[in-house]
Amino acid sequence: MEVNGEQRSGSVEPRTTLADFLRDELGLTGTHLGCEHGVCGACTVLLDGHSVRSCLMLAVQADGCSLRTVEGLAAEGGQLHPIQEAFSAEHGLQCGFCTPGFLMSTVELLNEVPEPSEEQIRSHLSGNLCRCTGYHHIVKAVLRAAEVIRGDVAARQA
Amino acid sequence: MTEQGNGNARAARGVPIESVRPHQFVGQRLRRKEDARLVSGKGRYLADLVVPGMRHAAVLRSPVPHGRIAEFDASEALALPGVDAVFTGRDLIGKVGPFVEGGRLEISPMLMEKVHPEVKPHAMPVLAADDVHFVGQPVAVVVAASRYLAEDALDLVRVDYEELPVVTDPEAALAPGAPVLHGHLGDNVAAHFVIASGDVDAELGSAPHVYRGRFEVGRQASNAMEPRGVLATSDRGTGDLTVWCTNARPHLVRTFLSEMLRMPLDRIRVISPDMGGSFGTGVFSEDFLIPFVARQLGRPVRWVEDRSENLLVTRHGRDQVHLVEVGYDDDGRILALKDRFLVDAGAYNQYAITVSYNAAAHARNQFDIPAVRLEGLNVLTNKAPVAPVRGAGRPEVTFMMDRIVDIVAHETGIDPVDCRRRNLVRPEQMPYHADIPYRDGVDIVYDRADFPAQLAQLCDLVDYGAFRKEQAEARRRGRRLGIGFSSYMEGSGFGPHEGAVVRVDTNGHVTVYTGANAHGQGLATTLAQVCADQLGVTPEDVTVRMGDTSYIPYGVGTFASRSAVTAGTATGVAAGLVREKALAIAAEVLEVSSSDLELEEGTVKVRGTPSRQISLGEVARAAAPGPRSRLPAGMDPVLEAEHYYVPPTVTWSSGTHAAVVEVDEETGFVRVLRYLTVDDCGQMLNPTIVEGQVHGGVALGLGEALTEEVIYDAAGQPLTGTYMDYLLPTTTETPPITVAHQVFPSEVNPFGIKGCGEGGAVGPPAAVANAIVDALRPLDVRISRVPIHPERLLELIEEAKAEAAQDGRPSARS
Ligand code: FES
Ligand code: FES
Repeated sequence: MEVNGEQRSGSVEPRTTLADFLRDELGLTGTHLGCEHGVCGACTVLLDGHSVRSCLMLAVQADGCSLRTVEGLAAEGGQLHPIQEAFSAEHGLQCGFCTPGFLMSTVELLNEVPEPSEEQIRSHLSGNLCRCTGYHHIVKAVLRAAEVIRGDVAARQA
Repeated sequence: MTEQGNGNARAARGVPIESVRPHQFVGQRLRRKEDARLVSGKGRYLADLVVPGMRHAAVLRSPVPHGRIAEFDASEALALPGVDAVFTGRDLIGKVGPFVEGGRLEISPMLMEKVHPEVKPHAMPVLAADDVHFVGQPVAVVVAASRYLAEDALDLVRVDYEELPVVTDPEAALAPGAPVLHGHLGDNVAAHFVIASGDVDAELGSAPHVYRGRFEVGRQASNAMEPRGVLATSDRGTGDLTVWCTNARPHLVRTFLSEMLRMPLDRIRVISPDMGGSFGTGVFSEDFLIPFVARQLGRPVRWVEDRSENLLVTRHGRDQVHLVEVGYDDDGRILALKDRFLVDAGAYNQYAITVSYNAAAHARNQFDIPAVRLEGLNVLTNKAPVAPVRGAGRPEVTFMMDRIVDIVAHETGIDPVDCRRRNLVRPEQMPYHADIPYRDGVDIVYDRADFPAQLAQLCDLVDYGAFRKEQAEARRRGRRLGIGFSSYMEGSGFGPHEGAVVRVDTNGHVTVYTGANAHGQGLATTLAQVCADQLGVTPEDVTVRMGDTSYIPYGVGTFASRSAVTAGTATGVAAGLVREKALAIAAEVLEVSSSDLELEEGTVKVRGTPSRQISLGEVARAAAPGPRSRLPAGMDPVLEAEHYYVPPTVTWSSGTHAAVVEVDEETGFVRVLRYLTVDDCGQMLNPTIVEGQVHGGVALGLGEALTEEVIYDAAGQPLTGTYMDYLLPTTTETPPITVAHQVFPSEVNPFGIKGCGEGGAVGPPAAVANAIVDALRPLDVRISRVPIHPERLLELIEEAKAEAAQDGRPSARS
């Protein structure tokens, strides 16, 4: 499979989850496990551009797919992705445990809806749990990220 | 924001530095130092840590709520390839002693003397060997090559239980003939105390009206998003132990381990890596079990719980019943409060009277009630132990008290805001002596605050008058909107101490080491702000290190809204001492008097002669031992200072909350539309971080108010084992939260800091309950229990309608 633009392979027991494969075999521990039963969203990764819960998928199901995890967000050289930048700027994270899941869900949202309303943001992120922030600053962070990305796109087009 | 007073104008009481420097970085909305790492997936949480040769553990837990273990049989599990070992409770006998989790937080001698609480000690075994007392109690541990295998093997360990009678309700547990959990205690009362101020019976006797009622707060689980874990390695040669654990109190874990494994303290190093929240996560069996097992096997062992284990045991809180009598007059003035309350402590009362006394100490809230009597009982039942969870007793009594104010308002026909105002402690009564001791034994004195102004500010923020019009208009269109208020006090910054070491290296970089610990609060940022101001550097020059017993000899840890206050003060004082030392050394080097020097942005300059200067790195080099040392005679080498701050007592933060809700009368569904707060946590170190704390607390409180509850059936089986049954608030249940501040710097510490970690969680149950009642006026819906699930609210609506029909009163539809 392709992970964050790199070809990666490994052999695992059939029952190994995608999350455990990413974390234990590939060392990509930025994908977190908060519930392992598909509710908290901490394990969210993008599979061929769409968000999936990596705790609910088997690694073998992702064979041949293209995956993106939180480790693949920043640009080469480490410059943060505008969404990462916005989460920090708006204090959209405290302990940071839920954050990778929120970031990946936000990537998906902003790909599909470049100018989301607060309501659309709340609805799209309702499958990600956060116990620290009360979501207020997360929503602000997504609004800010959307604005920055739209600005960047506009600048590129100009 | 209203600014009242200036935290810097006061002398530094009891602080060994000459002066407190004015805030420059403190109070700024600086971005967090933690973030770059955490948003990049580069945090290091427990489950991310790997040690070569590491094995994996899984814990077997009792499926029965009360029973006697007849037989263990692990032979089948041991036969499974990849399984290294199985330890049962019986294997631990004589090797790892039982523990009392909160045993180190002894009741202060002063409180003991003033209140004479009765506390019956009973320790919990690391693994049960004979009796089990709740579903989820650890009975055995399996170690295997992978977590998958360890969990497979769990299914193969056979434990036969003789089941014993079960009690799950604290009132039933007090009844004669109830099954007694721990025979040697005689009954199920684990702790008991009474505190009083004024003559409550006389006041109740003469009060024009007396309200009698019952208030209940359901069991809530702390639910840090990161499941708990432990990793332990024992050095093959020396036997020295290194333990990483998801625990906010590494020093406490080390002390326990040293006693339980009979090892010298300094041969044990306990490290808290990044933590995914806490909200009350304490010390558990696995913190000792995994190090023990690692030592026995001579190889590293890691254990990480899953969410179902977490929901079973990792920190239940609340679960209280309050039986009250309240005297009041026609003007809505509350004259007396008598409250007898039960804390359902579960099967082991691990924290003496921490939660129950907290409840009692905060019951009077912001109100000037002439006479109170509070009697608290911690009662044992066959449920998981209850311990302090964010708020720890405060949300429970605040729910009770603020409902009472609302009920009194209703009974006397006074507007709820007006009734609240009439009962508040007035500014001219400050400092207000509550005439009861706090948990540290020191008599409670609310220092500086202005509660009526706090309420007025909130009413402006919510635009109370406009809301009443909007509500009337909505009602005409069949929509039920309501507003509810809550106010609270928060004793914060609990002792007994916290320390900081501030050290400057020879490049001029500053490191702060502290025994407090962060699990999302941003201490690496806020402590750097405090240090920068007091030392004379910028926050970028400062690195904060914590969560490791090798950093500093003593540490208490992070809980009870204490770290900004205690570690903040310790850091500020230590930084000030370093500044003084730096100036003295620089004076020696530059051959001037230190009073002619100033230290700013990492450089010591001669006042008025800016060309004569020396960098902090050069000062640190002059402070090194050896022939090049330029230390003044008698001064110790190294540019560093250590300070342990011992707070004289807690600081008093406060806040007032308002919830605006819409209730669907047909479904019982409650939607919180707006939530607003005005709080006072003194001098804020970083307002953005304070607001984040409030937001998170409010969300947790809204869960307590509406959706979150650990439910047991009558047989003692928990029914809420997954996130399908235990409902945490999501983005769609949590409204936008408006946060405003009052600033009354604390008088207790030189920097004016008060705690803010828990307040957000305290107000929502009462504010939401009052708002629902308000939305359903004129139906007299009586809410006396949270959480308020839709089914429960429908029942209450039906009851109220039936009563209204009986009295011929109009129903809410009219
Ligand atoms: S860990 Fe996958 S949804 Fe919670
Ligand atoms: S930041 Fe801690 S769970 Fe979201």
